Amino acid sequence: MSSNVKVIVIRTAGTNCNEETAFAFSRLGAHVEQVHINALIAGTKKLGDYHILALPGGFSYGDDIASGRILANELRLKLAEDIKRFIRDGKLIIGICNGFQILAKAGILPGLGWKIGQEATLFYNDSAKFEARWVHLKVESRSIWTKGMAGQIYLPVAHGEGKFIPRDKKVLDTLTGNGQIVFRYCSLDGGKPVYPDNPNGATDDIAGICDTTGRVLGLMPHPERHFLFEQHPFWTRLTQKSEFGDGAKIFENGINYVKENL
Amino acid sequence: MIWRVEVKQRDGTLDTQGLSIARDITDLGLSEMPQVRVVSVFLLEGQISRDEIKRIGDELLVDQIVEQYSFDLKLPLQSADHHVVEIAYNPGVMDPVEASTIKGIRDLGVTGISAVRTARQYHIHGKISAKQLESITTRVLMNKLIQHVVKDPSHVPATLGIAAPSASKFDVMIVDLLGANDKKLSEISKSGQLYLNLDEMKATQSHFKKEGRNPTDVELETIAQTWSEHCRHKTFRGVIRYREDKTGKPQIIRSLFKTTIAAVTVKLNKKWCVSVFHDNAGVIAFDKDYNVCFKVETHNHPSALEPFGGANTGVGGVIRDTLGTGLAAKPLCNTDVFCFAPPDMSASSLPSGALHPKRVMKGVVSGVRDYGNKMGIPTVNGAIVFDEHFAGNPLVFCGNIGLIPKGKEIKRVSKGDLIVAVGGRTGRDGIHGATFSSGELTGDSQTVSSGAVQIGNPIEEKKVQDALLKAREAGLYSAITDCGAGGFSSAVGEMGEKTGARVDLDRAPLKYQGLKYHEIWISESQERMVMSVPPVHIEALLKVFADENVEATVLGEFDGSGRLQLFFHGQQVADLDMRFIHDGLPKTIKEAVYQKPVLKKENLPKSNQDLTESLCSALSHYNVASKESIIRVYDHEVQGTSVVKPLVGPSTDGPSDAAVIRGRLDSKRGIAVSNGINVRYGMIDPLGMAASCIDEAIRQIIAVGGSLERIALLDNFCWGNPDKPDRLGSLVRCAQGCYKAALAFGTPFISGKDSLYNEYTHKGKSLAIPGTILISAIGIVDDVGKSVTMDLKKAGNSIYAIGTTFDELGGSIYLENLGQLGTNAPQVNFKMAVKTYKAIEKANKAGLIASLHDCSEGGAAVALAEMAFAGGLGATVLLKKLPYKGKQRREDILLFSESNSRFLAEVSPVHEKALAKIFKGIAFAKIGTVEASPEFVVYGLHDQPVINARIDELKEIWKSPLK
Repeated sequence: MSSNVKVIVIRTAGTNCNEETAFAFSRLGAHVEQVHINALIAGTKKLGDYHILALPGGFSYGDDIASGRILANELRLKLAEDIKRFIRDGKLIIGICNGFQILAKAGILPGLGWKIGQEATLFYNDSAKFEARWVHLKVESRSIWTKGMAGQIYLPVAHGEGKFIPRDKKVLDTLTGNGQIVFRYCSLDGGKPVYPDNPNGATDDIAGICDTTGRVLGLMPHPERHFLFEQHPFWTRLTQKSEFGDGAKIFENGINYVKENL
Repeated sequence: MIWRVEVKQRDGTLDTQGLSIARDITDLGLSEMPQVRVVSVFLLEGQISRDEIKRIGDELLVDQIVEQYSFDLKLPLQSADHHVVEIAYNPGVMDPVEASTIKGIRDLGVTGISAVRTARQYHIHGKISAKQLESITTRVLMNKLIQHVVKDPSHVPATLGIAAPSASKFDVMIVDLLGANDKKLSEISKSGQLYLNLDEMKATQSHFKKEGRNPTDVELETIAQTWSEHCRHKTFRGVIRYREDKTGKPQIIRSLFKTTIAAVTVKLNKKWCVSVFHDNAGVIAFDKDYNVCFKVETHNHPSALEPFGGANTGVGGVIRDTLGTGLAAKPLCNTDVFCFAPPDMSASSLPSGALHPKRVMKGVVSGVRDYGNKMGIPTVNGAIVFDEHFAGNPLVFCGNIGLIPKGKEIKRVSKGDLIVAVGGRTGRDGIHGATFSSGELTGDSQTVSSGAVQIGNPIEEKKVQDALLKAREAGLYSAITDCGAGGFSSAVGEMGEKTGARVDLDRAPLKYQGLKYHEIWISESQERMVMSVPPVHIEALLKVFADENVEATVLGEFDGSGRLQLFFHGQQVADLDMRFIHDGLPKTIKEAVYQKPVLKKENLPKSNQDLTESLCSALSHYNVASKESIIRVYDHEVQGTSVVKPLVGPSTDGPSDAAVIRGRLDSKRGIAVSNGINVRYGMIDPLGMAASCIDEAIRQIIAVGGSLERIALLDNFCWGNPDKPDRLGSLVRCAQGCYKAALAFGTPFISGKDSLYNEYTHKGKSLAIPGTILISAIGIVDDVGKSVTMDLKKAGNSIYAIGTTFDELGGSIYLENLGQLGTNAPQVNFKMAVKTYKAIEKANKAGLIASLHDCSEGGAAVALAEMAFAGGLGATVLLKKLPYKGKQRREDILLFSESNSRFLAEVSPVHEKALAKIFKGIAFAKIGTVEASPEFVVYGLHDQPVINARIDELKEIWKSPLK
C-alpha cells in the first residue's frame, strides 16, 4: 500500500494540457511532477520513481507529420524498456487526447500480446476539421480507471485527429472480446450516436480503450476539463451543485488503485 | 543527395483533406464537385541510404494503418479528367513541419539528414478546363505570396539550401543624405520603403550634418522603424488642429492620447491599475498574489494579403506581448474580433487584387485556430462584423490576457546586462512590416510588400513560453520584450533607450546564410524575444533554454554608452545617439475637420402587423447569426479555466455575452472579457459609436455577473489615412467619445493601439474603411460560481426588461435590412446606466436572476428570441409593458431599437419582490413569461400577436447563415 501516490506528467514541445492534468491529480492528493521528456531520456528523472504516468493533451511537436507521431517514436525508441517495466510492475498509464494518439502510435495501446507494435490509429475526423464540443460517453469496461462508473458521462473533446481506426477486423474483435473498449460515444439518451454525437466518425463509436491489463487507458475526450463542477457547459442550469464534474472519478480511481495495490 | 518521398492515403480510407478542398473548389462556381486526393511530398536532403529512407517512410512519415508511401520518381499520370498540381513554399518562407521532421528523422538514428522541404500534390479528377484549373490553383490551392506551383515534380533540385553569397565579405552602404535636396530626400524615403515624410527626413539630415557624416543604410532603417506610425503613434501623440465644420473655431490638441484615453485613467486614479500604457500590455490587480494583463493588437495589412499567415502571426504577436509584459506573464486566454465583407459578396464587386471575403474569413479563422490551439490558449470570446466597406481591407484584432505574479510586472535594464535573443531564428521574412503598416494598401501591395507576409510557428513560441516562465521563476533576467514590428531594431532600441547598446549582428542565429546586416536588424521573423541578462546569470539562463530545446544567443551588451552601436563581422555599421532616435522626431501638426454627415431620415414600413419576418431577417443577418462553426474550431476550453463559455444552454449553442474564466484552477476568482464594436453607429456619429461600444463591452460583463467597480478598458482604433483631415476629424471625435464615456462609467483605459492608413487605393480612388473602434473590456469577478448565463432556465419564470428603450433605430440591423442607415443612433444616459449596472450587480450577488442577456444588435426582439431558443423554452411577451420613451410608438421601434444599457432578465416568482426593491428608480418591468411550449409569441401595443414562431425554427434561421 502506498499512501504517497506519485504521478509523472510528461511534457514536451507543444504539450499544453499538462497543467490541468497535473491539477486534477494533485487536487485529489497525489504528488505530481511535470517532467520534460528530455529529462527522462537523459536519465535525470526515472520513470520507475512514479506510480502513474500521464500523457496529457496538446500538439506534441506541432503534430507535424501526424498527431503524436514524433513523441510516440521517442517513447518507442528511447524509453521502451522503461515503459514495459512500468506496466509489468503493475503501474498505471493514462493518455488523454494527444496522449492517446501517442500511446496508439507508439503501439503501447491496445498492447495486444505485450509486444509494441501499432495496431490502431487516430486519424483525421470525418468532418475534416478540428472541433471542440461536448460528447456523451457510455462507460463499458472493467478498466481500473472506470471502477464504479456505470452508465453515461459527459466530457468535452477538442481534436482534429480523433477517429479511431483499428488495423483490421481481427484487432477490433479482440478489443471487443477482451473488454478493452472503455468508452463509446453515444447520443444523449444512450442510443446510437450520429455526428456530432460521434464527433469524428470513430469505428464502432470508440472514444477510449485500455490494454489487456486494464491499467493503461487512452481516450480522446478530456476528463481533466470536466474535473470541476463549473467546467460543465451548462452548470448554471443544474440544480444539484457539487464540487466535481464527471471526469474527476477517473483520476480518483487511478489514485485509489495505487493506494490499494502498490 | 535528395530523396523525394510521396505519402498518400490507402485506398478505401476517407480523404477528408481532399474532400474539403473539393468543397472549396465547388464554391468557386463549378457545376460538379470534383474528386480530390492529396499527396504529401517530402524532400529529404543528406547522406541517407535507401534502407534508411525505407525506415523513415515506415516508422515516421506514414501511419501504416491508413497510409502508404513511395519514393520512385515516376511522373504522375495526367489526363483530361485527371489534373495534378503540386504546390510548395517559396524559398525563405518557413516550412512549418521542417524542424520537427528533421528531429523525427534524427530520433530514428539517421544522422545524415541535413534539410527537409515539403510540398503538396493535388490530384483533381473531373472535367476542368485549363482556365478553371488556373483559377482553382490560385484561389484555392495556394497563395502566390508564399507558395508556387512546382512545374516539374520529377525534377529534384540539387540542394534545398538557399544559394547565397558569403556574408562575411560585404560593403557598408552609405546613403548620401547630406548632399540631398528636398526632392532627393523624398526619393530616398520612398525607394528605401522608409515611409518618413519630408520633415522627418530633414530632421535626420540635420542630425547627421551635426555628426559630420552621412548615415549608413541600417542607421536610416533604425530611425524609420522607431519613428514609424506603427511604433510611435505619431497621430495620437502629435499636435492636431481640430475643427468641427470647415468654418468652425480651430482647437489645438497637443496629444490626442494624453487628452482623451490617458486622461481618463489619470483622472480616475484607480489603485488597482498596476501598470498602464507603458508596457506591452496593461496590468491590473487580480488577487493578493497575482495581477492580470490584457492587450489587443491589430494585424490588418498582413491579413489582407495572406489571411492565414496574417491572423496566425497576429495571434502569435499578441501572445508575445503578454510574454513580454513585465518579466513575462502566462497567457490565459485569447479574444479575437474580425471585420470582413459579407461572405456572399459577388466577386465582380470586389476591388481588384482583393481576396474574396469568404477566403479571407476562412484563412483568418484557420490562422487564429492554428496558433491559439497549438499554444494551448483558449479562444473564449470574439465577434465578427460584416460590412462591404471591409472588402479591400479586412480588420483582424487579436487579444490576449495573461497572469503575472505580483512584483514581476517591474522590469529594468541595467548597464552591463547582456542582450540575449531567444526563440526562432532570423530570416528575411517580414522586412519592412513596421513601415509597411504605416502606408496605404495598393493594388500592387501584393508584389511590393510580399516580404511583410509570414507564417507563424506556434510550437516554437510555446517552447519559448515554457522556458521563459521557468527562467522568470528563477529570477535569471532583468527585462524582456518581444520582437514585433521592427524586429531587433525595435526590441533592442526600446530596451536600451536609457543605457545604450552594442550588438554584434553576425551572432544572431539565421535560418539561412546570406542575410545582409540591415536585414538581420529589421527582420520581423516570428517567435523571437530579447532579454537583458545580468552576466552572473547567463550560464544558468542558457541552460534553462537548452533544456527545453530553445535557442538562446548572446548578441551584445547594454553597455552604458547611450549610443546604439551595431557591428557585423567586427566592422561598425551603425553608431546612433539613443537620444536622437527616441526624442529627435519632429512634431508635426495635422489638420482635422469633423463634418457632420448628411444623412437621410429613416423611412419605416407603413404596416407593423407581422414582424416575424423582420425578426427572422435580423436573426439571419451575418452580424447576429450564430458563430458556432467558428467557435468550435477554436479550442475554447484548454487550460480548464472556462466558466461561462462562448456557447451556453442545454444544447451548448446559445450565444453568451462576456466570457468568464478562472484565473487559477484552485480559486474561484475569475476574469470576464468582452468586446464592443459597431461600425454603423460610427457612420452616423463617431462620438456616439465610442460611447455605445464602451457601454456594450461593460454591460456584457455586468450581464454575466461582473462588477462596474473592477472593469478596465482597451481601445483599438482602426481608421483611414490620418493625413486626410476628414479621416482625422472623425478619429478625434471618436477619441472624445471614449473620454466622455469611460470617465462617466469610471472605467479606466489600461492599454490600446491604433492602426491607421486602412485605405485601399484602387484605380486612383482611395477607399477608406469606416472608422472603427473596438472596445475590449476586462472585469475581475469575485466568485465565478455566481456567474449568470443568458439561456432561459425554467417555464413559469417571469421575464423582465431592465432599462428604457428609445426611438433609436439609427445604425440598427433592422434598418440595414431595409437598406437604410438612419439618423438616430443609440445614445448613452451615463447616470442611469451606472445606476442600472450597480443594481444588477447587487441582484446577481444575491442570486436573484436566473438568466440575463444584454440587448445589442437586433434589439430586444433578437435578445428575447436568443434567450428562448438557447434555453429550449418558449416565451410570451407583451410589448406594451416594455419601458419606452419616444414620440412614435411603434412595435418595430420597440422591438428592434438598439438603445444602450438594456437587459432582459428571467426571474423566479419568489424573487420578484426583492428585485423590485433593488431596481427602484430604474426602468424595470415584467414583460412576459417563460413557457414550456416551444413557441415565441410577442403581442403588440394593442395586444395583437406581432411575432409568432417556433423556437426551433428561429434557431435554425439563426444558425444557418454561417454554418
